[in-house]
Amino acid sequence: MKAAVITFPGSNCDRDLAVAFDKAGATVTRVWHKDAGLPDGTDIVAIPGGFSFGDYLRCGAIAAQSPVAAAIKAHADRGGYVLGICNGFQVLTETGLLPGALMRNAGLKFVCKTVTLTVATRDSAYTNGWAKGDRVRIPVAHHDGNYTIDADGLARLKDEDRIAFTYAENPNGSTADIAGVLSANRRVLGMMPHPERVIEDAQGGADGSVLFRSLISAMAAA
Amino acid sequence: MKARVHVMLKDGVLDPQGEAVKHALGTLGFAGVEGVRQGKVIELDLAATDRAAAEAEVKAMCEKLLANTVIEKYSVEIA
Repeated sequence: MKAAVITFPGSNCDRDLAVAFDKAGATVTRVWHKDAGLPDGTDIVAIPGGFSFGDYLRCGAIAAQSPVAAAIKAHADRGGYVLGICNGFQVLTETGLLPGALMRNAGLKFVCKTVTLTVATRDSAYTNGWAKGDRVRIPVAHHDGNYTIDADGLARLKDEDRIAFTYAENPNGSTADIAGVLSANRRVLGMMPHPERVIEDAQGGADGSVLFRSLISAMAAA
Repeated sequence: MKARVHVMLKDGVLDPQGEAVKHALGTLGFAGVEGVRQGKVIELDLAATDRAAAEAEVKAMCEKLLANTVIEKYSVEIA
């Protein structure tokens, strides 16, 4: 299983994300944003958290126009897996790979704390290690995590069971308490919380490791 | 030729920053501020000399990058 972890100028969770994939058993390649292509045989592209391009214009907007973004879109269009965490989620909405947008937190403050999430669907390679309704503890650290989508878009996400995680207590004002959403083919996941920060007990929790392990076993079985 | 782009949140999209500014104005004693919406202005220096072509190009820039049309609306002035 080959994972490509992208680094933009201002990414700061790329190493942690690479370690999480490595510990879960993936072969990890680090990819710089100016690379026009992904390594041959890439199974999953992982877009890390951070402040790509200083959050200039809008969070993720400049990264979404970088050379590697076109390769990521082509990978997703071929049915490839893409995981975007925090700033990575913002990049995915800016590229149009996921619907909606991430706005400034309703409380206007940067929120940095471990939150409780509810697993809203187990119907994805990312979430099938849990049962629907499981509560997991994963940290958030963002200023622009207020997921916003119009009523029609929200109805579609609900009808298609594409809400991956919801917040037990909403930290940012997001629509319908949404913390993470899936693409129509369920292979692209964007989420604001950081599963890569809780992959072993020494970090104060290991709930995030479930996501990486279930993803890799699902892909190995495919 | 210069272009000025105004980007604003669409009507109906809650603007938490605008709400905070409104609250702060009230605290300062400015009564009667019934609403505040915060947006941004982007100025462009263009090589183009044809007004209509410049406007069309700037609109394309807005659609592709300058605005996120999921939540934002934009207007273009050519000067």
